[in-house]
Amino acid sequence: MMAAARAWRPPSIWPRPWIGPTLWIIIAGFLVWNVFELEIDPVRVARGVARFSTVLARAFPPDFHRAGLITTGVLESVEMATLSTLLGVLLGIPVAVLGARNVVPLLVYLGGRGTITIGRTFHELIVAILFVKALGFGVFAGVLTLTVNSVGFFSKLLAEEIETIDRGQIEAIRATGASRGQVLIYAVLPQVLPRIVGLTVYQWDIHLRQSTIIGIVGAGGIGATLYNAFARYDFDFVLAILIVIVAIVLVGEALSALARAAVQ
Amino acid sequence: MSESVARAWRRFTPAQTIARTLGQLAVAVLAAWMIARLGIRWDYVADAPAQVGDLLHRMFPPEWQFAGTLVRPLIQTVNIATLGTAVSVVLSIPVAVLAARNTTPNIVTYGLGRVLMVVSRSVDTLIWALIFIIVVGPGSLAGVLAVSMRSIGFVSKLFAEGIEEVNRGQVEAIVATGASRWKVLLYAVAPQVRPVFAGVSIYRWDINIRESTVLGIVGAGGIGFVLNEAILGLEWSRVGLVLVVILAVVVASEAVSALLRKRLT
Repeated sequence: MMAAARAWRPPSIWPRPWIGPTLWIIIAGFLVWNVFELEIDPVRVARGVARFSTVLARAFPPDFHRAGLITTGVLESVEMATLSTLLGVLLGIPVAVLGARNVVPLLVYLGGRGTITIGRTFHELIVAILFVKALGFGVFAGVLTLTVNSVGFFSKLLAEEIETIDRGQIEAIRATGASRGQVLIYAVLPQVLPRIVGLTVYQWDIHLRQSTIIGIVGAGGIGATLYNAFARYDFDFVLAILIVIVAIVLVGEALSALARAAVQ
Repeated sequence: MSESVARAWRRFTPAQTIARTLGQLAVAVLAAWMIARLGIRWDYVADAPAQVGDLLHRMFPPEWQFAGTLVRPLIQTVNIATLGTAVSVVLSIPVAVLAARNTTPNIVTYGLGRVLMVVSRSVDTLIWALIFIIVVGPGSLAGVLAVSMRSIGFVSKLFAEGIEEVNRGQVEAIVATGASRWKVLLYAVAPQVRPVFAGVSIYRWDINIRESTVLGIVGAGGIGFVLNEAILGLEWSRVGLVLVVILAVVVASEAVSALLRKRLT
């Protein structure tokens, strides 16, 4: 054994040295297969790329002449986001309680968790299509869509927060002979209140983003204006709307970060 | 102050009580004003539970015979998410190096990294998809590009945070050997951030699975296309089936992702 001549090898996280390279080969093979599955049409892509310079040329300068349309859409988006956050929190707090293992019996917990999972799984666009089909076009469908979405996000994080609270305070309140409702109000709520405020603001920020796209399927907000502009090849108007969307998303994010820093 | 003993305990001072009531009132008025502005048709609202119930009723039982035709679109959806994540991870590494305070060459490159992140993150996947459909035509490729553009912001932000948290000692040790900037990145930073990068990539992959389920609605490939067709054709039992399948795939990918990330840390 010429151990002295052997080169140093970095330690590996895998129990056998061949596992790492094998994994990489599998991943690489999978990705290559994915590329072939894409069915790329080179002719179409070449034509599109060539044409994209014309698209860009037509997008500049952005056209803000129809500012009225943009303002209406943006206001609608902001209102949908705000309203659905309020509704979502009102609905989300009870669902979070039902989904917290330490305050409800197992069967109720499973029901609560199931509701949260379903609320989280479906993309807001799918929920929006269903509400638009059931209730007609407009902001009402949008508000309901985002409210449903809150149950997935807000309730999940709040439920996890409730699960980590201090048991002692629950026992202390229970020892006074308090009912289950009183335990929730006097032992659980005070411990999670700062988190509720922070999550509400965060949820609003997320709803603001989502409210910019659900208009694509007719659920109100700036998304409808954007989709129509795309459909009519009004690329300068598209760019104007995109700039506005990026701006409101950034403002929303900044406000949300400031508010969360203030409560924590 | 002898009466104070007899006074009942109150959580808030009178001033606080007034402030809180005013605050709650303000929120209520704001909400009422917005509801009024939105011009909601109240007869629709009253009818909503019945309508939603009717829709759900039509979806069940799901049309199980239709399941065979969902396999291809489903594979396509997973492929779009996987490939999109892979592309975004590759593109995110340079962006993260630029946007991490300890590896960026100067203030201009730092700003550039941050701007790329913000632009990527503020535009939704679906909007990216609409843009790429113009460039490469409808289909999975547009979906892959949309997913990767949108993911860059998220992935590079978390990558950059990982880079900023590396141990200074190891960096200094490599710098002390006279290594170039590239060699420092390769031998001091890269080994330390690999677990973080792997974890973030897997996490984004499971988010992207969920995002990819709707790309087909705007024409960018995957199961969303089938869903949209079934909805437009009012074939609700098929819609029910597609929703069940999406639920299964998203929950499964989330479980896989959580399991892998747990092993990493």
